[in-house]
Amino acid sequence: MDTLILSRIQFAANISFHILFPTITIAMCWFLLYFKIRHDLSGHPVWMRIYRFWVKIFALTFALGVVSGITMSFQFGTNWPGFMEKVGNIAGPLLGYEVITAFFLEATFLGVMLFGMNRVPNWAHTLATFIVAIGTTLSAFWILSLNSWMQTPDGYEIIDGVVYPLDWWKIIFNASFPYRLMHMLLASGLTAAFLIAGVSAYRLLKKDAKLAPRKSLKSAMAVAAILIPIQVWVGDMHGLNTMEHQPQKIAAIEGVWHTEKGAPLVLFAWPDEATKTNKYAIEVPRLASLILTHDADGEIKGLNEFEGAHPPVKPLFFGFRIMVGIGVLMLLVSWTATWLLRKNREMPVWMLRVQVLMTFSGWVATLAGWYVTEIGRQPWLVSGVLKTAEAVTTVPQQNVALSLAMYLVLYGLLLAAYLQTIFYMARKSTEVEEFSLSELQNQEHTMTTAEHRA
Amino acid sequence: MMTTSWIVEVFLFLMGLAVLIYAVLDGYDLGIGVLLPMDEVEHRDQMIASIGPFWDANETWLVLAIGILLIAFPHAYSLVLHELYLPAAILMLGLILRGVSFDFRAKAVTGHRTLWDRTFKAGSLIASLTQGYMIGRYVLGFENSLAAEAFAALSAVCVTAAYAYIGGAWLVMKTEGELQRRAAVWARWSGRLAAVGIAAISIVNPLVSSTVAERWFSFPGAILLVPIPLICIALVVAVDQYLKHVPLQNDMGCWFPFVGVAALFLLSFFGLAYSFYPDVVPGRMSAAEAASAESSLRFIGVGVAIVLPMILAYTAYSYRVFWGKSTKLKYY
Repeated sequence: MDTLILSRIQFAANISFHILFPTITIAMCWFLLYFKIRHDLSGHPVWMRIYRFWVKIFALTFALGVVSGITMSFQFGTNWPGFMEKVGNIAGPLLGYEVITAFFLEATFLGVMLFGMNRVPNWAHTLATFIVAIGTTLSAFWILSLNSWMQTPDGYEIIDGVVYPLDWWKIIFNASFPYRLMHMLLASGLTAAFLIAGVSAYRLLKKDAKLAPRKSLKSAMAVAAILIPIQVWVGDMHGLNTMEHQPQKIAAIEGVWHTEKGAPLVLFAWPDEATKTNKYAIEVPRLASLILTHDADGEIKGLNEFEGAHPPVKPLFFGFRIMVGIGVLMLLVSWTATWLLRKNREMPVWMLRVQVLMTFSGWVATLAGWYVTEIGRQPWLVSGVLKTAEAVTTVPQQNVALSLAMYLVLYGLLLAAYLQTIFYMARKSTEVEEFSLSELQNQEHTMTTAEHRA
Repeated sequence: MMTTSWIVEVFLFLMGLAVLIYAVLDGYDLGIGVLLPMDEVEHRDQMIASIGPFWDANETWLVLAIGILLIAFPHAYSLVLHELYLPAAILMLGLILRGVSFDFRAKAVTGHRTLWDRTFKAGSLIASLTQGYMIGRYVLGFENSLAAEAFAALSAVCVTAAYAYIGGAWLVMKTEGELQRRAAVWARWSGRLAAVGIAAISIVNPLVSSTVAERWFSFPGAILLVPIPLICIALVVAVDQYLKHVPLQNDMGCWFPFVGVAALFLLSFFGLAYSFYPDVVPGRMSAAEAASAESSLRFIGVGVAIVLPMILAYTAYSYRVFWGKSTKLKYY
């Protein structure tokens, strides 16, 4: 394997590992803010219990995100020097704004958020949580702006082979950015919601029938039930936008080999690049045209129009179906769960098991979607501006192979440790940290009596 | 296209500032990782508690320094990371291990705690050594020779010692009792090693580079520069004498070693910067040659001008919140 393919694998491994953690923390911080505000308004200690449990998982996830993110920024220089040399004038400031506006906000206020509760007034602690949430979201804003610019570049000129900025507004708010940002933020919301629900269900299954896991499960499922239809809608708009700007990506996703009108929706098939056909296809006639052009006879451009310049078909075709499949599952599960949980009813055991199985469903869907978007840009690194092969380093391949092996081992170990720790914390909390429901009610009772006397 | 505007100088200054702040702030928490005693659980907990609320933000200065190199000097960025490919990967390994074990240890199964402490120590050691090695290679413009490698190895050891020095000084400031006394001893030993390192670099640099030699020893600049090494020597001696008597009555001046070592870092850094200015890679590339487009620098410059003072202000705020002797680390 040469330096190019090794570098691509290494970058894919790095970004896949990295993206797992921000996907959780971006939205989880808003969940934490919600828990904290519920506590501040109601004074009910159970919300503080929930906050304290999840803030620890947040901190752990955040740490993994930070360290793997530092690795990412080094990779631009170590493996893709051509990227910074050609488009550094645009990528640099966008990454820079991420660091100065988002990263510092998060990292600095995290200290107060995690350890400062008894050192600052309560409002300042809630404010710190809010600032960290703003920070995580801003960070997504800048990174997705850069990524979207690489997909649909705008607002630049090329002088002597180097890209120069012309209009920062067009660069930041490029054609695909709003859709991609919304899609990612919602994905984060769903990932965090299913993680919270899954771990809470796990605690309930471990006979921790206390208030905290029940309340957090219910909050998480309610959020997911609301977000998932919005995600379907945003996803649809994102698809239309992609068809306008990157039709070759859509052709690969849908498995359309030849331009056609009234294209069928391929539910499943085995795309075969050699014969340029879909084997074993199960199709719904004309549905793809209907979805993508909002007209049953609409025309969809096929891969034949992008000969030699379209992305590989299989990863996009399957990646997209995995993402959508999980989305459908999320819809079914969150709506069923919300219906089952109405009026504080108990969740049946089978549903708790489903929740546990779905704990990391957001990760799988996000990764699948991310592969579709990133592989879908190939062979370009920056669409129409810079090819991936032109940006790669000239470092000897054995060095890249060595660093790749090191990263893979490390990431495997860390992922195992992360998963083990989360479930260990869930089990531990069932033993010690919980209020029992009756205790709480007693407490509330005493509080109201005290108020009466006053 | 060459960008020759004053804005390049501003970014060069900012990058230097970020590196300096990083060296002091992440320096002390790396140092604490290096010093982590494997014989005493209680001390380990206290030491880690003393950096708990800070390390995340400390590490961010590295991201800023690397970020400015990447944003403002993309050509230098490519050159540096091409030359230092493997050390950079190993540095990442160290930083990752260190960063995660910090959080894992607080949450792990009780029996795994010692394992994560070892990982924390190993990660800190790897990160410090590779940083020192990279600085050593960088200072000599990535020259490929046995002597250059030996110099880089010396630099690795001395930078690690310098981090341990400031880490020990931090502990003297933030802890009490037995641990404080132990920290003073550690700081004295690592301080001596660090002083050897500073002296070695000060001697080697003008020997290998005629530009550097000319700058330091030509008249009249030399007269203005003489105080720098003198103040450095005075600081090393004063800090050492203070550490010898720790703790003083009522723990008077417990902040002194930390401030003293930070000042030493500042002066050494100034020395290096003065030697190489305006090169962004010594002897290989000047800041102007490496700079990115002026319009890009202006765009990010606006953000930096607004945000950097805020970052400094809220960093100061978070240090004030956690002022004083550190208490038991507890997640609230």
